[in-house]
Amino acid sequence: MPGRTRDGGIEPSSGGAKVMCHGAGIAVHVLNGADLGAARMQMALSLGWHIVLACFGVGMPAITLIAEWRGHRSGDSHYRLLARRWAKAMGVLFAVGAVSGTILSFEMGLLWPGMMGVYGEVIGLPFSLEGIAFFIEAIFVGIYLYAWDRLPPRAHLLAGVPIVLAGVASAFFVVSANAWMQRPTGFQVKDGRVVSVDPWGAMFNPATPPMTTHMILAAFMVAGFGMASVYAVAMLRGRRDRYHRLGLLLPLTVAAVITPVQIGVGDWAAHAVADQQPVKLAAMEGVFRTGRGVPLHLGGIAIDGEMRYALELPYGLSLLAHWDPNAEIHGLEEVPPGDRPPVNVVHWAFQIMVAFGFALLALAAWLAWEWRRRRDLPRSPWFLRAAAASGVAAVLALESGWVVTEVGRQPWIVFRVLRTSQAVNPAPGLVYGFVLVTVVYLLLTVATVYVLRRLARDVPVPVAPQERDISGYKVV
Amino acid sequence: MSLPEIMLAVLWVGLTAYVLFGGADFGGGVWDLLAGGAKTGHRQRELIEHSIGPVWEANHVWLIFVIVLTWTGLPSVFAAVASTLYIPLTLAALGIIGRGAAFAFRKVSTELWQRRLFGATFAFSSVVTPFFLGTVAGAIASGRVPLGIARGDLVGSWLNPTSVTAGALAVGVAAYLACVYLTRDAQRAGAADLVAAFRRRALVCGVAVGALSAVGLIVLRADTPDLYTELTSGRALPLLLLSVVAGLASLALMWWRAYVAVRLTAALAVMGLLWGWGVGQYPAPLPGVSLDEAAATDAVLAASLGSLAVGAVLLLPSLWWLYATFQRDRGKSR
Repeated sequence: MPGRTRDGGIEPSSGGAKVMCHGAGIAVHVLNGADLGAARMQMALSLGWHIVLACFGVGMPAITLIAEWRGHRSGDSHYRLLARRWAKAMGVLFAVGAVSGTILSFEMGLLWPGMMGVYGEVIGLPFSLEGIAFFIEAIFVGIYLYAWDRLPPRAHLLAGVPIVLAGVASAFFVVSANAWMQRPTGFQVKDGRVVSVDPWGAMFNPATPPMTTHMILAAFMVAGFGMASVYAVAMLRGRRDRYHRLGLLLPLTVAAVITPVQIGVGDWAAHAVADQQPVKLAAMEGVFRTGRGVPLHLGGIAIDGEMRYALELPYGLSLLAHWDPNAEIHGLEEVPPGDRPPVNVVHWAFQIMVAFGFALLALAAWLAWEWRRRRDLPRSPWFLRAAAASGVAAVLALESGWVVTEVGRQPWIVFRVLRTSQAVNPAPGLVYGFVLVTVVYLLLTVATVYVLRRLARDVPVPVAPQERDISGYKVV
Repeated sequence: MSLPEIMLAVLWVGLTAYVLFGGADFGGGVWDLLAGGAKTGHRQRELIEHSIGPVWEANHVWLIFVIVLTWTGLPSVFAAVASTLYIPLTLAALGIIGRGAAFAFRKVSTELWQRRLFGATFAFSSVVTPFFLGTVAGAIASGRVPLGIARGDLVGSWLNPTSVTAGALAVGVAAYLACVYLTRDAQRAGAADLVAAFRRRALVCGVAVGALSAVGLIVLRADTPDLYTELTSGRALPLLLLSVVAGLASLALMWWRAYVAVRLTAALAVMGLLWGWGVGQYPAPLPGVSLDEAAATDAVLAASLGSLAVGAVLLLPSLWWLYATFQRDRGKSR
């Protein structure tokens, strides 16, 4: 129904002031600045926390299933032991991920009623679908984790497959809703009320394909590098047996294969931003003035509407963003200062993401090179050190990428349609909620890390009946 | 039935499932709290953990389902409820974190102090969360949430006679359902002493929840007369009667040790309350707001309901497999 959908109207030259000034249905509240800040910080905290867990929820089941499958195929008990181990950690991560995700669905309304009250229905379809996918995930996680000794090995392996599919589907649906906030399409607004919606058009908005792909691959990278780094640390401490080698190699291989693909997808995503959200691209690159043949800024700080101390690669940005050294890049000057995202945050977050992405690519290349030559891990202890750091690097790349997406969208909650300040809950005292949530998340973080470290250490693994052959094995 | 009505019905089915399944998981936490010292309560806690473990996450998804369908189907109602009731909802959200995370942590912990710490967090949150969710229900039922963003009283909307009664009733219902389910689980595990313990609790708790429901009606009469009238002499009367009859039957069946049948009647008693509220309040989700005004556009309703129908084809067999796997007798495998 293209005729019914509205155009996003995101040409930068159209200016923020005159586009989409609806908001008649939502009073523009005079806000306490601290409360808007608190709401944003609370959302950032709970989302930034959940996104790591969600990545493990999407990536870890696949890697665990590969280990279980290899165990069945090869009869190598180490694989099965690894699968058991990972399943146990997955149980903890999944539980924490499920509850931290639930909180987000509360917070959508608690913190941003101005958005949900009007646009909740526009993004309702992907969330309904996500609900189904998450339901399937939760059901099969229950079966997979608790029925090792109730199902035959083959059925148990198959019970894991829906977890992987539903996890990837969940990520797709949730990120498609977020993509809509970047590139809102598929609805018409009249007097502050949504009068017609094309829910499929909203879900499959132009930002959806690159954003969802980028996020799903990121999930596998975070899970793969994260799991590998645990075993890299153990190997650095001298545990170089087959169990630890496989524990390193399997997830690291998965992540290493995906990394170069992710770099390509990242380029696609950046092109999409250049087309759909030029203001965000300008903030990512610290471009203030519109022009042709724009250089790429490495590092630097934006001061008084200018990038200072940056290393400039001539024509670099024009070339990267549009494959043309003379392509025009829209600068931040095209929108009023009040409509610009915080440049330094977005610019640096983008730089950090790209830097870690390429560092991980180098690690992947190192592994591939040595494996081709000698069918073995690189011998240098620096490889293990790099692998040990790769989990942290992947998480930092993930978080900074998320900052680029979300902070780069500001001051809009729905890009060029609704301001964040119009969407926030005007009730007083959001600051106290934020403090409370922060304390709870601090405790949750401490407890999660503690429990996972205990799990990784010296607890003997309970063994299912079909695995008697390794019942004597205890990982110390 | 119009699309908004179907959506509302589906929403209420989801809410019912959440109360019957997710509620019972919270109730498990309540009994965990009351199980006694680390030694004496050990076997009860083990039974509770064993019963909840595989299913609580799937049961919990019903809540997400309800939230998401509310904002999809009735966006303005969702925004009004969430913004006015942000205090109890924030506290419930934190309780959900504490319950789920601590339960998972306790399961993999081995040392006593950790099991105690996580266990206490799990059990405490299991009491607090249904209470706050109940106050939210009471706020909506008593018409204290006006349409608009944060237009209602931020405290009075959920701290009032109807809300507090509803909160207490939510905890009571959760605890009651849990001990009804646990009695049969204990019987299947062959633990005669636990069967007796939970049977006794089910009887006491059943009487208490029945009394609390009666008190609730008196409170409604004073505080929310419209809903009271519907429940006692209007459309919702048959559902109230169903609840009363099923509740009494549950007590009798529990007394006669019909542990499977009582699951059904206990669930019916709770359903009677929930659907009685729903029917009694229909068709105005919030005061002065008609369902059609509040509902999303038909395109959204059709797409979401259609997706749910397709999803149900995948979901229902999966759910059946989950419950069948873990409700089956363990036989000789252990």
